[in-house]
Amino acid sequence: MFRIVKKERLNPLVYRMEVEAPMVAAAARPGQFLIVRTEEKGERVPLTISDYDPDRGTVTIVTQEIGASTEDICSFEEGQSFADVAGPLGMPSDFVGMSDGKLSGRRYVFIAGGVGTAPVYPQVKWLHSKGVAVDVIVGAKTSSMLIYKEEMSRYCDNLYICTDDGSEGFHGMVTGMLENLVQEQGKRYTQAVAIGPMIMMKFATLTARKLGLPIIVSLNTLMVDGTGMCGACRVTVGGKTRFACVEGPEFDGYEVDFDEAMRRQSMYRQEEKEAEPHVCKIDIRTKNQVK
Amino acid sequence: MAERIPRVPAKEQDPKERATNFDEVCYGYDAREAVREASRCLHCRNPRCVASCPVNVKIPQFIACIAAGDFAGAAAVIAEDSSLPAICGRVCPQESQCEGSCILGVKGEPVAIGRLERFVADWNRENGAVKPVPAPSNGYKVAVIGSGPAGLACASDLARMGYEVTVFEALHKPGGVLEYGIPEFRLPKEKVVKPEIDAVCSLGVKIVTDVIAGRTVTVDSLLDKEGFSAVFIGSGAGLPRFMGIPGENLNGVFSANEFLTRNNLMKAYRDDYLTPVMHGRKVVVVGGGNVAMDAARTALRLGSETAIVYRRTETELPARREEVHHAKEEGVEFMMLTNPVEVLGDEKGWVRGIRCIRMELGEPDASGRRSPVPVPGSEFDIEADEVIMALGTSPNPLISRTTAGLETTRKGCIVADEDGATSRPGVFAGGDAVTGAATVILAMGAGRKAAAAIDRYIREQAR
Repeated sequence: MFRIVKKERLNPLVYRMEVEAPMVAAAARPGQFLIVRTEEKGERVPLTISDYDPDRGTVTIVTQEIGASTEDICSFEEGQSFADVAGPLGMPSDFVGMSDGKLSGRRYVFIAGGVGTAPVYPQVKWLHSKGVAVDVIVGAKTSSMLIYKEEMSRYCDNLYICTDDGSEGFHGMVTGMLENLVQEQGKRYTQAVAIGPMIMMKFATLTARKLGLPIIVSLNTLMVDGTGMCGACRVTVGGKTRFACVEGPEFDGYEVDFDEAMRRQSMYRQEEKEAEPHVCKIDIRTKNQVK
Repeated sequence: MAERIPRVPAKEQDPKERATNFDEVCYGYDAREAVREASRCLHCRNPRCVASCPVNVKIPQFIACIAAGDFAGAAAVIAEDSSLPAICGRVCPQESQCEGSCILGVKGEPVAIGRLERFVADWNRENGAVKPVPAPSNGYKVAVIGSGPAGLACASDLARMGYEVTVFEALHKPGGVLEYGIPEFRLPKEKVVKPEIDAVCSLGVKIVTDVIAGRTVTVDSLLDKEGFSAVFIGSGAGLPRFMGIPGENLNGVFSANEFLTRNNLMKAYRDDYLTPVMHGRKVVVVGGGNVAMDAARTALRLGSETAIVYRRTETELPARREEVHHAKEEGVEFMMLTNPVEVLGDEKGWVRGIRCIRMELGEPDASGRRSPVPVPGSEFDIEADEVIMALGTSPNPLISRTTAGLETTRKGCIVADEDGATSRPGVFAGGDAVTGAATVILAMGAGRKAAAAIDRYIREQAR
């Protein structure tokens, strides 16, 4: 059993849980995900790893209540246990395999949206530990929905906040902020990484392309097993069908067919209608997601 | 001696009735039927059935016990060679193995060895007569990757020899294909699979779920850091194939693996489980193997009108005859000499049909089967809102990609000799991971051979 050692509410819909899973914690790297199953009748829900501590033997997940299964996860309290936590799954981020020599001189900008902000954190932490320059753009609908501000500012060089309603930081979308940084403020980056709702990653990719900036995105596709068995996660990347669970979840944004990915993500929307809360936001997606 | 008593039929659930539920199709023999069927065995001096069983169950001996009414004795005989008899009695292709070589089959009908095996195993489970006894430990640890048929067979043999066996399973439930692949109506999970796996565990085998070899642990870490003397890889063939035709990523196109995993492992057919599954109005299943039959019969039970399309003729269907027969009885439509060329979508990206081309059989190919060739200009559309691809699977590359010095074939199968030894000393493999998708019993046979080879390897190393 996988005991929840700590649970915190980060905003009205988002919870952070630190869970005992020593084998996962020992093997995890930035960019990977895991699968949680709350109990016998629960779904296998893929969630991107938001932190891991091999010494404590724990992994951290950040979940937004957006459907029956994520509500189920969020309803678990400190001291309770999940039936299953399996992972780490997927490939670690590209930079994990890079030599210090290759990393030196690289400048990263992360574009994080909604609950997708959490999995950006271990990536920023890793790059910071290697002395790589990292800027982070975090976006949310409104100030009260922002997460990971303090955590992020501990490790990044510059943190840029954007809200759709202007209640905090830059008034506008993350893509607007990225354009502003590169075009107005003359910032130079070698690599962008976007993690958030599929629609945000699509537009971040369009902006990055316009700016001539390479961009990596982390795809939160539907999955059942997460080990390459079911093919529910298939996405078209560079004209070829790829399995996000074993070959991803991170891909070159320029190559991803986002429209197909978004359509496939909504496959079980009909079945889940009743369970979904009536808050229409771009970061409200299907319950089965990697974030 | 001429055959006098005809083969005793086993009672089955009515086709119309069972097409709407997930209960087991075949009820199996009762004691009276089993004894009667057992009395048909001729007890050949050279029993060909034993030789054609991949795990060499001593068939005439256990049948003799049944005929004498000694069901516990029969269970003890089977237990010497098979750790999963209730499963094998249900899903083995007996017609091409033990029963296929039964002398009675030359002129009449072979002894129903499969049903007798199932009877004994079910009887033993209900009466608890023959229980597995753990052997004293010899102090050596062996890791088994995968808790499917190959892994379970290997683990039980090793445990009987005194090894401390830990089985690592990627999913949350042990059983592999027995759990995620084969449907409840052919192989009940709680009633049959779980007790047989529990029996393996009571030999002292430890099964750890949620461990993905190649991700959570690696073969190298098991050997170098965790103190295992040898590793057996029985990770199966879990990677689904697709056709590579246009429209395959439309909403409503699934691999049979996904469709069956949602239903079998995740129990999506039950309202009280959270995992969803699509209930199509008209479902087309592409393929002709046992998996295609399982997918079609599952779709039917979810209330869909279901058809199977296959590019050759019925004679070439790779599925067991019994499965084809059951599928037809239940109302699955069979469209032979038909091959999809495109999945058709509506304006929202959902499946609305499948475009197929008619085929005819040409010259025999290398495998001796006549290869199908398309009839030019014969394309036609079938209306469907769900398409399930059951085109076979290949081994998952997670392990081979993360294990140094492990040789694989072009198709991704692990290269292993007759005894399961791979190119890497101390690493053995068997089952679908080596052969590509095959049967439960062949995997078990490979697991047993590897167990014997692992024992020899560890003894040699110890010297």
